[in-house]
Amino acid sequence: MSMTTTNEMIGQTPVRRRFGASDLIGLGVIVALAIVGYFLFPNNLALLTRIIAIALLVLSLDLVTGYCGVATLGHAALFGAGAYAAGIVSAHYGINDPIAMLAFGIAAGAVAGLLCGAVILRAHGLPQLVLSIALIHLFHEFANKASSWTGGSDGLSGIAPSALLGLYEFDLWGRTAYVFGVVLLVLVFAILRLIVRSPFGMLCRAIKEDPVRIRSMGASPKAALMKMYVISGAVAGVGGALNAISTQVVGLDSLSFTMSAESLVMLVLGGTGSLFGALTGTIVFMFFEDVVSAANPFHWLTMVGALLIAVVLFAPKGLYGTAADFLSRRREAK
Amino acid sequence: MQTVLSIAIDALAYGMVLFVISIGLSVTMGLMRVVNLAHGAFAMIGGYIASYAARDLGLAYGFAILLAVFGTILIAIPIERLLYRRIYGAPELTQVLMTIGITFCIIGIANYVFGPTLKTVPLPAQLQGSVDLGFRAIATHRLFAILCGLAVALALWYAIERTAFGVKLRASVDNAAMAAALGVRTQIVYAVSFAVAVGLAAFGGVVGAELLPVEPYYALRYMVTFLVVVSVGGAGSIPGALAACLLLGGIDTTGRYLMPEFGEFFFYLAVIAIICVFPRGLAGRTKG
Repeated sequence: MSMTTTNEMIGQTPVRRRFGASDLIGLGVIVALAIVGYFLFPNNLALLTRIIAIALLVLSLDLVTGYCGVATLGHAALFGAGAYAAGIVSAHYGINDPIAMLAFGIAAGAVAGLLCGAVILRAHGLPQLVLSIALIHLFHEFANKASSWTGGSDGLSGIAPSALLGLYEFDLWGRTAYVFGVVLLVLVFAILRLIVRSPFGMLCRAIKEDPVRIRSMGASPKAALMKMYVISGAVAGVGGALNAISTQVVGLDSLSFTMSAESLVMLVLGGTGSLFGALTGTIVFMFFEDVVSAANPFHWLTMVGALLIAVVLFAPKGLYGTAADFLSRRREAK
Repeated sequence: MQTVLSIAIDALAYGMVLFVISIGLSVTMGLMRVVNLAHGAFAMIGGYIASYAARDLGLAYGFAILLAVFGTILIAIPIERLLYRRIYGAPELTQVLMTIGITFCIIGIANYVFGPTLKTVPLPAQLQGSVDLGFRAIATHRLFAILCGLAVALALWYAIERTAFGVKLRASVDNAAMAAALGVRTQIVYAVSFAVAVGLAAFGGVVGAELLPVEPYYALRYMVTFLVVVSVGGAGSIPGALAACLLLGGIDTTGRYLMPEFGEFFFYLAVIAIICVFPRGLAGRTKG
């Protein structure tokens, strides 16, 4: 079975130029969507910025789950580490420059990625899953108890980012934060497209398919996965820092198991192993959540559950994967 | 000395409740290789049914337990036929998603039907109060939970090691294809073990209702604990699960008594340490 999937994978992704037309189209679609969102929901930019921050988390989860095949239910640890690092340097050390806060967020995310990777990659299958769950609870408890640093269950407040590049203040409407978020997302997306296409990215996919074969070919699966985990941590750190800067508060929920599980749901809804899938899933899920959970938070849980079951049964490749399959089949038929 | 004793009794009772609930998960996981995150939800359903039967209908405690066990099995049968059947042998991620989805649905429905409040299962007069052991008095309910755990462990040991069904079960765990080729009807073995697992979960949910209070988020809150027990003990191993339950129950209870501030913290730290040292569980075997 693994042979056919490997062949399928090679068939689907022929070796292309480093940065092809499809990438430019993808970036164009993101920017166009961002502009449409800006004009459609001028009063709800905070929600759009949050969607971007979560999208960064889901992208980072896609790197380890979709491309490396590591099942984790604790990915919010990296996101929360980035958010708390950006918040703490602002609230406790007076480093209020958004770019510097972002840098601290990225660094903290990468360190958390290194830590989580070192623990999670020690096991496979169920123990791996349990390790990731134990880790996210450990991070959560730690942040809860170190309340002099993190504000505990009250959340970390007192984050006051100064003007971006000294020019653009973070206004009440969240315009600056939104544009900042869109720019970050476009940058991260472009870099990730390069990474997943690079020989290193292909190596990671190959490890997902058949680690034994890769080891016998002379590459170290563990080293490659660790590297990917650190990259993933940095991406999640960008998302966390963006969330801290835009909302100016960091709560314990950014380190919660629920957050980790929801990000996995978003990824699978969109389709694993594809950056566009991660983005699609996040946008659909977050809008859905905004509409339904406003009505009744408990029906929301039932809906998410039903949605998950439906995706697993009827669209195991996710929304984007199913749509892409459908399009390519039609093209072949012509 | 008093503290040590009360920690030991509480740890034993807690560990036994954990054992009763998670042994079913361990057996089905070893047998069908399904990462079933919805196991706690079945324990929760058992708790709700017992609470409804004993408190609102005024039935006797023993009858409430029976109703809970069989009611939960009845509820689980269509779920198994319609949903679990499709994920046997699927990749782990698919199984996790499907069973988390089921858990979320059950939580939402339980909350809608029974409301967000905590439900109690009223104890009969015989189980209230305490028993004097000569050197020390312990709550009767704790003793009852411990005895139930021991009884379940003994019964399972007998069923698996000494009966014809146990032989078929062990054969299917070791090599399902070969067992089927030799005439074992593995589908029936699967169905029976799933039903027993769900029934035991419901039983544990009722007996442990004093220690693990029944409320809508029960399924999510203790899901982790049950999974941890199975992966620490090694899927499919009864002695492993028993050892894991007593060890983790001990760590958790001791942490709660001595350092209530950091109880959870040490529990998860211990879990990570144990899994890192024994990646296949305490009694784990290499995959055949």
